[in-house]
Amino acid sequence: MFRLEGVKYRDILDIHALTIPKNKVTCVVGESGSGKTTLLRLFNKMISCTEGEIYYNNNAISTADSIELRREIVMLPQTPTIFTGTVRDNLLIGLKFSEKPSINDERLTEILKMVHLNKSLEENAENLSGGEKQRLALGRVILMEPTVLLLDEPSSALDENTENIIIEQLVHYTRQNGKSLIMVTHSRKIAQTYSDTIIEIRDGKIVDQKGE
Amino acid sequence: MDKVIDLQIWQLAAAYIFIVILLFLVRLRGIPREKEIIISSIRMTLQLILTGYILIYLFDNSNPFLTILAVGIMEIFAIHNIFKRVKVRLSKKLKIIIALSMVTGTTLSLLFFIFIVINLSPWYDPRYFIPIGGMLIGNSMTGISLGVSRLVEGMTNQKNLIETALMLGATSKMATKEIVNSAFDSAILPTINSMVGMGIVFLPGMMTGQILSGTSPVTAIEYQIAVMLGIVGSVALTVMLFVQLGYKTFFNEQHQLNN
Repeated sequence: MFRLEGVKYRDILDIHALTIPKNKVTCVVGESGSGKTTLLRLFNKMISCTEGEIYYNNNAISTADSIELRREIVMLPQTPTIFTGTVRDNLLIGLKFSEKPSINDERLTEILKMVHLNKSLEENAENLSGGEKQRLALGRVILMEPTVLLLDEPSSALDENTENIIIEQLVHYTRQNGKSLIMVTHSRKIAQTYSDTIIEIRDGKIVDQKGE
Repeated sequence: MDKVIDLQIWQLAAAYIFIVILLFLVRLRGIPREKEIIISSIRMTLQLILTGYILIYLFDNSNPFLTILAVGIMEIFAIHNIFKRVKVRLSKKLKIIIALSMVTGTTLSLLFFIFIVINLSPWYDPRYFIPIGGMLIGNSMTGISLGVSRLVEGMTNQKNLIETALMLGATSKMATKEIVNSAFDSAILPTINSMVGMGIVFLPGMMTGQILSGTSPVTAIEYQIAVMLGIVGSVALTVMLFVQLGYKTFFNEQHQLNN
């Protein structure tokens, strides 16, 4: 699905060659500051590589329309950003930004269940805890039904038990709906348990790629 | 109408007592502002005397080029003042947008005012063109300064919100809508508020000047209403142009935030 050829981003990332398979769960691991987030941001063109080229389904990303691409490859940043308004507003804002039709409350409630967020749609999103905000932000991304999900430490603010439940649900959703998931994680255990491919980055370079 | 009282030099000098009182007060309270107060008073006096003589020359030598030159110089000073007054760092592109919005917004409003509202003849009559131009430019300068600060602060402080919106497939226009609206709102609010108190809480400078110099209050009020509306139009147009073009300078053509 993604193919990287001689990709460099300033002096942060230097990847000679890398392929990420379609319809699979890929985990990116490595120490903080190693370039994991930068790699994700390159995939949905939040930044552009300074050298080389990234291909998405054999099309060069550099010439692709950024907005169209981001509506297909949606990224969840590590620090969840919550917009002013209710839980419902926050779930629907992704659809609004990507100009997709709105969805009824029944589906919204399903999504809340999926991310284990036991809150009313009317609740003011500002009142949620850090972990709840993270799950809300995750729900917002899933609701958009993107082809590729780029998740940057989606469970960093969760306790271990909730983390396992959420990641399991997420992986199940990805496999069942034929999506592709690329997830940065600090937990090797999660990477080993759920991913088809593990990419390890150190100092901006790929040091290991395990899996299919 | 009573004859206008011509101020004698000693009468004018007596008004400087207020500055002396102010200096005494700040000294007494230990506020280190004496230098600024003295410099500001001297500058105000010299600038007004100089402007008085320039205006006498311009009024006596009514000429379209001289009138446009005078307004052009005011415009340059106003733009320079905005760059100086705004405490945030401005990119070169944003400075160009500020200058462009000021020139376009104030010129269009001024031309509308001169040709349509008061139908001035000759159109370049400096007695009208210059003071009205000055008021539109001055007020637009204040408005745009507020708009610039709010826009730059919003783009810096709410970077995460903008990035999240972009990651969810928003265009840069959608992602910055709230910030752009808030910048526009904060820039035009003082002008809107000043309309509310006008005539009750305070008499505007232009009207006071006209009344003092012997014009009928009714005529002075007619002009004040027209000028106030012109100011609202000029501020709104200038700031709207600025925010609509200004936010774009924070993005590249790939809808990525510039570093």
